Amino acid sequence: MSILTATLTGPLPLNNNVPVADIPALVFPALLDTLIMVGIVMLIVVLVGIPLGALVHNLAPGGLFENPALHTTLSWIVSIGRSLPFLILMAAIVPFTRFITGTNIGIAAAVVPMSIAGIAFFTRIVENSLRGVPPTLVRVAKASGASPLQIIRTAQLSEALPSIIGGLTINTIAMIEYSAIAGTIGAGGIGYVAVTYGYQRFDNTVMLATIVILVATVASVQLIGDRLVRLTTPHSRTQARLPRAARREASLV
Amino acid sequence: MISLEQLTKVYGHGDQRTVVLDRLDFSVDAGEIFAVVGPSGAGKSTLAQCVNLLERPTSGSVLVNGENLSQLSEKQLRVARRRIGTIFQSDGLYSRRTAAQNVALPLEYLGVTAAETRARVAELLGRVGLSNKAGHYPHQLSGGQRQRVGIARALALRPSVLLSDEATSGLDPDSTRSIVALLKELRDDLGLSILFITHEMDTVLQVADSVARLDHGRIVESGRIVELLRDPASGLGRALRPARSHESAAADATEWFVSYTSAAVPADWLTRLADQLGTTVSLLGASIETVDGATVGHASIGVTGADPDHLIAVAQSLGLDARTEQPADEPAEILEQAA
Repeated sequence: MSILTATLTGPLPLNNNVPVADIPALVFPALLDTLIMVGIVMLIVVLVGIPLGALVHNLAPGGLFENPALHTTLSWIVSIGRSLPFLILMAAIVPFTRFITGTNIGIAAAVVPMSIAGIAFFTRIVENSLRGVPPTLVRVAKASGASPLQIIRTAQLSEALPSIIGGLTINTIAMIEYSAIAGTIGAGGIGYVAVTYGYQRFDNTVMLATIVILVATVASVQLIGDRLVRLTTPHSRTQARLPRAARREASLV
Repeated sequence: MISLEQLTKVYGHGDQRTVVLDRLDFSVDAGEIFAVVGPSGAGKSTLAQCVNLLERPTSGSVLVNGENLSQLSEKQLRVARRRIGTIFQSDGLYSRRTAAQNVALPLEYLGVTAAETRARVAELLGRVGLSNKAGHYPHQLSGGQRQRVGIARALALRPSVLLSDEATSGLDPDSTRSIVALLKELRDDLGLSILFITHEMDTVLQVADSVARLDHGRIVESGRIVELLRDPASGLGRALRPARSHESAAADATEWFVSYTSAAVPADWLTRLADQLGTTVSLLGASIETVDGATVGHASIGVTGADPDHLIAVAQSLGLDARTEQPADEPAEILEQAA
């Protein structure tokens, strides 16, 4: 009896939980991996998604280069990218990923499916933001002698910027989520740590640490995004400068 | 000067074919303000878009200073558009740009240097009286101020033609008056041809020299404002003046409607009319005003026991048209259509 008690209360040889003191060393490099992964992906997403979104928007009826056939085709391709759950997309394009990166594990391999999912997502966000710009502004630009590229830059993208940044925030957060899913196929990052330590080894402390870090990361991204939206919207920017009483008065007018 | 020759715009084909503009012909001289009025759906916005070349006419042409602009290629068109300044309805400003940056837009598109742009923008903002609002964003400006920015922007490239597409719609009466005064001032200073498209009859009266009524894509009536107002048979002339109710005549009197038909109506025509008829003439309702320095007027009078033919002759000698009933075309109806 006493032997049994001693075995149960003593240090368990089978328990290979990460000691609390070692958790930062495990979690922070993983967070850095996640940030690098999401950073690279978002760079690609913005570089491809903004022109693609503007193109889809302007191929639509009423757009600058109205072309129903091309619009339908592009729209379908984007929709397919949007409709596959990320886990399935990731598995489905493994050959393509290997063709591009030469591997199907690690950060490089995760960037490919994440970029594809992210571009499809962001294209729709850009398209939707551009739809919110009053059509009069395009007419104003045309009547002022603007070229199509000038119209897209000044009348469409610039006016939609706050809305696009808002969408970019949502997109970035979704990519952090996707990076965790990519972690399950050994992409590294915080998702990988959560799965291998927290889930497969039942190490609740590590699991908790990854959750805290993910929540903090997502909250910071949201905070930065909201701040940028406010900075790029003259209306809210000038309102924020007013003292509270004046603001309340302004909202009543 | 801008002229339209047989301008026609058709949308759709076969059964779906709709003629939106039907062979429009008119011209606006330098220094003239020409208004086009009409109910919604008459083709006003299509007309505006054909004039500033955002839409290609199906047939016919738009000529600016004698040059046909409707046959140009897309790229030439972009250059040609710069000769026509367009003022849009008040929502035409970029919300993320200041007043100065909005005015600078056409210069930016043209590739004018920053220094030149700054100077021109300052000059334009000064011209519309907004020098002190250069750094304000559209949401910090009133409707009238926003429209002034729009006017400054339309003038940025020194156009010879200004197109105003419902520019005063949605503005309060004071702002409308100040915008109208500004347009007239610009017309005089810069010798602009201004095409003023609107649905507001009272604004037309304030701003325009001539007016055309567009209905179902056709110009149904047009002429100089003063002449239309002096023509008792003109439906457009009646639509231009507000329909006011007047007192009804005494039981033994006949009601007559009198309009000024010439500039030579004596101010004391009422007394003279009564003297020459040898009877009492009572005034039931009247509106006498000057439009561009010319006097126009309409009155309802009650006359007891006068010979109708004699009365008409006497009125004529005083420069007045007299008739016993308002002409058939109900002005109220036209006003309603126009609104």
